[in-house]
Amino acid sequence: MSSRTLQFTAHFILWLGVLVMVVPIWIAFASSTHENVDIITEGMKWGLGDKFFDNYNEVLNRKGGFSQEITATSMFINSFIMAFGIATVKVIISAMSAYAIVYFRFRLATPIFWLIFITLLVPLEVRILPSYQIVSDLNLTNSYTGLVLPLVASATATFFFRQFYKSVPDELLEAAKLDGANSWKFFIDFLLPLSKTMIAAMFIFMFVYGYSQYLWPLIMTTDEKYWTVVMGMKIIFQESYEGGNLPRVAERFSYIILSMIPPVLVVIFLQRWFIKGLIQTEK
Amino acid sequence: MSYLELDNVTKIYPNGTKAVNETSLSISEGELMVFVGPSGCGKSTLLRMIAGLEDITGGEIKLDNRVINKVDPSERDVAMVFQNYALYPHMNVYKNLAYGLKNKGESKEEIEKKVNEVAELLEIKEFLLRKPGQLSGGQRQRVAMGRAIVRNPKAFLFDEPLSNLDAKLRGQVRIEIKKLQKQMGVTSVFVTHDQVEAMTLGDRLAVINEGVIEQVGSPIEVYEKPATYFVAEFIGTPQMNFINGKIHANKFISDEFECSINKDVKDQEVIFGIRPENLKVSANGSIKIKVDLIEKLGADSIIYGYDKSNNYLCYRENGNTKIKVNEEISLEIEDENYHLFDQETKKRLN
Repeated sequence: MSSRTLQFTAHFILWLGVLVMVVPIWIAFASSTHENVDIITEGMKWGLGDKFFDNYNEVLNRKGGFSQEITATSMFINSFIMAFGIATVKVIISAMSAYAIVYFRFRLATPIFWLIFITLLVPLEVRILPSYQIVSDLNLTNSYTGLVLPLVASATATFFFRQFYKSVPDELLEAAKLDGANSWKFFIDFLLPLSKTMIAAMFIFMFVYGYSQYLWPLIMTTDEKYWTVVMGMKIIFQESYEGGNLPRVAERFSYIILSMIPPVLVVIFLQRWFIKGLIQTEK
Repeated sequence: MSYLELDNVTKIYPNGTKAVNETSLSISEGELMVFVGPSGCGKSTLLRMIAGLEDITGGEIKLDNRVINKVDPSERDVAMVFQNYALYPHMNVYKNLAYGLKNKGESKEEIEKKVNEVAELLEIKEFLLRKPGQLSGGQRQRVAMGRAIVRNPKAFLFDEPLSNLDAKLRGQVRIEIKKLQKQMGVTSVFVTHDQVEAMTLGDRLAVINEGVIEQVGSPIEVYEKPATYFVAEFIGTPQMNFINGKIHANKFISDEFECSINKDVKDQEVIFGIRPENLKVSANGSIKIKVDLIEKLGADSIIYGYDKSNNYLCYRENGNTKIKVNEEISLEIEDENYHLFDQETKKRLN
């Protein structure tokens, strides 16, 4: 195959991939700018309608839920707090526990690491009852602490940080020691800056993980004040199916489009670290 | 007067390996001491014990009359240059130099003054804002030196700092290090496995083998009067020639040749050593070899060949030699420049 055909094929496949990813989002967005009636009678829309402001305003500011007290805006805030909290604390805890495992010689360090590692096999959904029990015993239901805390330990991130620290040359630690860095300073002045890209990557993964939690906030929160976006997606316009009203499809599309924005922003904001990490090796 | 003193220093690793065995050595102020030996001989371990990066199993290390066995590495007042430089990759050159001073709690103005002085001295001023990744090998080497100098330590420790440089640069940097060390007069220990480095840099050498210092002395002493068979074998390229034989009535006797010796040595089995340059061609020379290989290096020609008892001998001649491969040549010993070692203890006899 000539290089031209090869290039063409490659581009064709890439464009196909792009279309597969983007078209559903476009349809959702286009549909979200139409009237409910139009969508129900005519199906999904490819073109833009004129109801953009009406629908989005309705979604963001109309009070919903069983007691009509929660708006989508406050659910976004809740979700953001939860995801941000989970991602931040996860990164900190993982970085620190990996530091302990790699740099400190204590008994059973390796078994402890593998113990952490096998918690990968026990996702939240499996331990949801005991987790709920604990959180409820601590009186943390209906609180941000309760939303965040049970999800902050991460075997994956600990593993990645451990691998990274192991690749840092010993001489660096030794030189730092001679320069008077204690273990805390070595962590703050060396390991954290060196693992910037790593931290950005982990933060993105963990943010998206926290943001898309469904089951945990669902059983954790009875107070609508703490509802999150993903659980709201199911609940918020549910009442519209009852009675003689039309299903509020357009608003739901608007809601979905809005719900995608925070993770996308996090990726856009942090991706420059990613790219930096790819083009210049710091080690 | 002794400034850096090792007194029966021993290192035994937890797995029982004895890396350094009861080593004693005293280094005077301003001296450049080179630890030289094959890889795995314990020279780096010894250096790292001085730096405080390895615990000391037994013995004492004193720097400027202070026992530093238990002193934290940063408090020992020593600076180390690592083999791969160990520059801080995420900090620019300025911060690399300033980091140790900052940790000592020095003021910003003080740090800036010192860093600038050192940068001036090492001619790295224009790189101060670059990161190590953007520097060449030689420049990194300078920064590593700078990081050691800026702390104004009582001793410099160099752990094979030239082995990552290409041959040409290595020669240049070697000279620079030597000059700088003399200029600053800081007591230094330099670890290397390269004997050219060792010979050219050191005020004195400590030749180390299997955790034991075999000989300490000036480069010329070590070269001209190796104290043991190991030192004779290790120092000098091409290697010294060795012929087994025995002493009888103050005469060295081997299957190949005899030679009267100038010093009283009791009758025993010995190893007779002679450097390639201490041989010369002579019509009635007693050592006859059949030439096997000739290396012409320009300034020298190195001629290898077997004698009758199958010892592989080497002879150095100046310039472009006329000798041909497979030719038989007779060699004689020049000016009694030979070395005798006890076959049992491997110690020097003459």
